[in-house]
Amino acid sequence: MDSEINIDLSQFHDVFFEECSEGMEIMESGLLNLKEDSGAEVINTIFRAAHSIKGGGGTFGFSEISDFTHGMETILDEMRNAKLSVTPEVVELLLAALDCLRDMVQCSKDKQPIDKESVTELHQRLEDFINNSAAPAAPAVAEKSSPVSEVDELDAVAIWNISFYPNENMFYTGNDPFRLIRELQGLGDLKVTVNHERLPTFSNMDAQSCYLGWDMVLRGNVSRDQITEIFEWVEDDCELEITQHEEVIEAAIESRETRAIDELKVGRRRTDKIATSGQESASIRVGINKVDGLVNLVGELVITQSILSRLCNDLGMDKNEKLSECLDQLERNTRDLQEQTMGIRMLPIDFAFQRLPRIVHDLSLSLGKKVELRFSGETTELDKTVLEKIGDPLMHLVRNALDHGIEAPDVRVAAGKNEKGLISINAYHQGGNIIIEISDDGAGLNLEKILNKAREKSLIDKNEELSEAQISNLIFSPGFSTAVVVSDVSGRGVGMDVVRRNMTDLGGTVEVVSKPGKGSLFTIRLPLTVAILEGQMISVGDQVFIIPLLSIVESLQINANQIKAVANESELYPYRDEYISVIRLRELFNISADKKDESSPGLLVVIDIGGRRIGLYVDDVIGQQQVVIKSLEQNYQQVAGIAGATVLGDGAVALILDVLGLAQYSRL
Amino acid sequence: MASILLVDDSASMREMVSFTLKGAGHNVSEAEDGVEALEFARKTAVDLVVTDVNMPNMDGITLTAELRKLDSYKFNPILILTTETGSVRKEQGKVAGATGWIEKPFDPDHLLGTINRVL
Repeated sequence: MDSEINIDLSQFHDVFFEECSEGMEIMESGLLNLKEDSGAEVINTIFRAAHSIKGGGGTFGFSEISDFTHGMETILDEMRNAKLSVTPEVVELLLAALDCLRDMVQCSKDKQPIDKESVTELHQRLEDFINNSAAPAAPAVAEKSSPVSEVDELDAVAIWNISFYPNENMFYTGNDPFRLIRELQGLGDLKVTVNHERLPTFSNMDAQSCYLGWDMVLRGNVSRDQITEIFEWVEDDCELEITQHEEVIEAAIESRETRAIDELKVGRRRTDKIATSGQESASIRVGINKVDGLVNLVGELVITQSILSRLCNDLGMDKNEKLSECLDQLERNTRDLQEQTMGIRMLPIDFAFQRLPRIVHDLSLSLGKKVELRFSGETTELDKTVLEKIGDPLMHLVRNALDHGIEAPDVRVAAGKNEKGLISINAYHQGGNIIIEISDDGAGLNLEKILNKAREKSLIDKNEELSEAQISNLIFSPGFSTAVVVSDVSGRGVGMDVVRRNMTDLGGTVEVVSKPGKGSLFTIRLPLTVAILEGQMISVGDQVFIIPLLSIVESLQINANQIKAVANESELYPYRDEYISVIRLRELFNISADKKDESSPGLLVVIDIGGRRIGLYVDDVIGQQQVVIKSLEQNYQQVAGIAGATVLGDGAVALILDVLGLAQYSRL
Repeated sequence: MASILLVDDSASMREMVSFTLKGAGHNVSEAEDGVEALEFARKTAVDLVVTDVNMPNMDGITLTAELRKLDSYKFNPILILTTETGSVRKEQGKVAGATGWIEKPFDPDHLLGTINRVL
């Protein structure tokens, strides 16, 4: 019973910190949604998160975190008990405290000293708030007295008379006189007399009630506290008298008493021990590297499976019914396995939305704008890797919408709009892609200003005629910034070009449509996963390349002589109403022209790079296929214009084109 | 060696308590909230329930009251983990039928000492 166990609590720290982050996210989103009329459950949720952090902090040795959170918890408790009303002031205070808490957690995690000054300041503000609020002051941080009993007496042996008469319903709280007496026995030499005066006649007896009482004499070096601690849980459910006396009572009590305990033991209702079945919590945490390893292996399996199928066809083995049946089965299983494995990495997109309410809250305050942020489709799932990479671009787009899109309240009212602007973010699946739309009901893009700016910065030719859509999408060009004065809000060194670059790196696109006075709509289109790509296979000479299907507008058969060279060596093709630049992959990649005759018709694959179109001149379009992306960087080195590589069904390696990179590489 | 049902919404607390209890040779089952715990309890009886108070879906006090309604949990020890030193929670716990409480923060030794009192 007294076995000392040495447990290193630091092994739980990682989980604790992770939990703190989750808790703080919950608190933040809760606080941002907190209104006077929000229900008790909103406050309760915030309270629980604070409470958990406090409890964990205390347990795992982070008393500063625990003490600090206690102040927040006290305020939340007052709020949930309706002793304190929800005001913008208290929400601001709690948000500030939350920021401070976040720093503390980060410092503890990094094993850095905590910035005492700001902690003390906020702690004081919390305290002041508690003391100044109408409600009575909450008790200060409760110091738990150590469970070690005080040795308030000398080694002198004390003799205690303990009379213990439980109420009849004692068993219903799971307390058991037998165990209490056993504990007393552990303290010293115990003599027990059972008193069965209260025992009713058998016919009136309820087997689940407690009728017995005990008179005990405890002899030993025992303090009163040690005895009362044993009865701590039942003091209200019994008559208990503990008296100390000096006289030694000898042998008055016979050894029968020990038998009483044994009898009790037998009569005690005991639940049968049933081995607990392995029901653990419904989810487990697994290191992402394990999942990545699994995804990679499944990728290999998919490739092997398709090589196998092809081999089988090539060798004419498909006529063997059993074999082809097996291969079909293998293909189905592989596909299911792949789908399931990818599913492990799928997370709801609201992870990427979490930071946004706070940013909007803070930014709208500092800009003096009023705005509502609305989400829909938060549960739409996408790959964790993609998810992690869209956080910053999303943040940038929302900042941008708030900074440049939404007008000041008076401007809005003058324009006949609601003074409160609206930014909505909507996510949904479409085919194998996820679409994220960020729209605002602000002023829309100022096309004229954009055009002037682009000309000024020589991003386009002076006389180039552009469609509205083309002008709008100029904001994604490198080195473009629409604000006349770069505000510290949107212009943090991250421009729209970075947003686009991020999306392209993920194999996606971003574009914007805008109506003056009505607002703008940014549409992000991303593949659900970065590990697998819907690809279009094309051939140039004896090489096969993959173009991401998402970026292809259409493929058309043309004659090479329809491509017109212009003065600065670039080539153009009249595509519908415009001239588009053409890249000849054969020349770009230096593929010898052994098979293809220049004059014979080739194919032009028209691809879209953010509103702008370019044509890739290729020999042939082979077919569409899901390909598993292998990183060139990891296996070889980064190559301009190439996003990665994949292994085809016949075992050959094909390069995956990075369309935006290609355009930049060819200076188009 | 006893079978213990541990109920806490905090993964770190669960890990710590469960590690400690398993280290002492006990058989530990875990649940994340009252609802999950109750579902488990309907199928399986244990020697001891240790539950947190503040949890989503169903709190520890409600869980205690619900467990007491089950035949196989009528007399089992149920201990409540609480940070609240005030007597309000303890009183609510007792009314619901809790056997006793363990005040947070606690260290592994204190935890084992306390649960041994009811096993």
